Amino acid sequence: MRKGTRLALIPAALPFLALVFALPLVNRREPFVLGLPFLLFWIVAWVAATPLLLLLAYRLEKKFNPPDEEDRP
Amino acid sequence: MNPALLIIFGTIILSSLLGVFAGRRVPMNLENWAVGGRRFGVIIIWLLMAGEVYTTFTFLGASGWAYSKGAPAFYILVYGTLAYTLSFFILPVLWRIGKKHGLHTQPDYFIHRYGSRGLGVFVALIGVVCLVPYLELQLAGLGFIVNIASRGAISAPLAIILSFVLTCVFVLTSGIKGAAWVAVVKDVLMLVAVGVVGLGVPLIYFGGVGKMLKALSASFPAHLVFPGATAHMDVAWVMSTCLMTGLGFYMWPHMFGSAFSAKSAETIKRNAIIMPLYQIPILLVFFVGFTALLVVPGLSNPDTAFLSIVDKAYPSWFMGFVGAAGAVTAMVPSAILVLFAATLLSKNVYQAGFNPRASETTVLRLSKAMVLVVMVAALVLTLFFPNELVKLLIFGYDGVSQFFPGVVLGLFWKRVTRTGVWTGLAAGEAVVVALIVAGRDPFLGLNAGFVGLAVNAALTVGVSLLTAPKRAEAAG
Repeated sequence: MRKGTRLALIPAALPFLALVFALPLVNRREPFVLGLPFLLFWIVAWVAATPLLLLLAYRLEKKFNPPDEEDRP
Repeated sequence: MNPALLIIFGTIILSSLLGVFAGRRVPMNLENWAVGGRRFGVIIIWLLMAGEVYTTFTFLGASGWAYSKGAPAFYILVYGTLAYTLSFFILPVLWRIGKKHGLHTQPDYFIHRYGSRGLGVFVALIGVVCLVPYLELQLAGLGFIVNIASRGAISAPLAIILSFVLTCVFVLTSGIKGAAWVAVVKDVLMLVAVGVVGLGVPLIYFGGVGKMLKALSASFPAHLVFPGATAHMDVAWVMSTCLMTGLGFYMWPHMFGSAFSAKSAETIKRNAIIMPLYQIPILLVFFVGFTALLVVPGLSNPDTAFLSIVDKAYPSWFMGFVGAAGAVTAMVPSAILVLFAATLLSKNVYQAGFNPRASETTVLRLSKAMVLVVMVAALVLTLFFPNELVKLLIFGYDGVSQFFPGVVLGLFWKRVTRTGVWTGLAAGEAVVVALIVAGRDPFLGLNAGFVGLAVNAALTVGVSLLTAPKRAEAAG
């Protein structure tokens, strides 16, 4: 696997850790954050953060993988 | 004619015309029919995929789950996000293989990768068995929404038959491009409806979302944490369901095939980055379900939660608007589902299974005939046997997610073999069917599809290591 893709897997793993494996730890109502009960806030926050994490993954791939002719838009 | 009827009829007719218009000057061949000539940019791919993801389930099911089950509904917000994250790595690789070898469908990929037409036919048949109940669900949901939104003025069968005819017309004239164009209308209407209602009803009845959630926390505290108001949907169920559906998401034949219609691997990658933003409206749908629970408790059918609260809070013309949005929201996925089911039957069952020498023109002509066959089959099932398909529908997600090991190992692991994939896939499907038929879903607190997937993945890897890959199979 190319270096950039390997690095990109790190930010991309976070939604899986937070939205699946951390669920037993965050299954609680209190405290309310921004008006949302804690469990819902946790899920919404990570869903909203995922595009940013993927953007980071994208940048890492661009930076460390050699450019592909066919990848040009 | 009252304004609600005018809005509903006007919207479905005009948006169908747009779908027909999309296909003007497009010479219809298999490439344009199934993958839009591989010319879709970031925006149209986003609209197309969002058009597939946001079905009537978004309106009715997610609000109904929030209403009747509470927190387990949150899994709907999670699994799409996981799927998009995975797609960032999987779909661009898949796209390149599709482009290089001219693949149109998911079974095409299996046939290409594992050199087995039999495996392609098997994958195609499972795909169709999973797609038809999903299509039936769209048609039934459409009838239900339009009937309630028109306050009974349009009967459900009339709404279903009218939209069925219109959908067939724009699919047959424009192929996948027609669906993508109608998806533009659908997405705008759906976002407006969900935005207005999702923020509106908590404001109208409680003075805001925060206050509504506080009231919910006081009256129904169990609703806000797993397992909500259910007995079986505790944390283990949510975790296994999120994983299984997250992995299975792009294994739906239509989601998988849509990836091929992008114009480049780069487009697909950029699309994966922005897709999770489209999950946020689901949060608003949950708010609608929660508000409905507080304002109109005790509905016998929780799927009516969304429409019941809209009916109570807004004037009738707005009900018409919601009905129109709901109808188009059913038509777009219906169009895509029927198009892919038809193409699987003609290209991967008929051509791959029975007549490898059939010409592309024959396959395309047969695909179009199959659109009518599949639609009529779904229509008959919807109108005459509405309750027979519930088990098939449960089977749908569990069934398609079993393709995951074959697809992903095929992309990234040279050692995986045809025998390994055959064994894993057949065993995974058998486990899922057995658990559902025996009423053991969830099994030990885990989603049955997840159990099948675990067995499937273990066998695919194990059997692959015990068998030698053929040289022809190893070619990426």
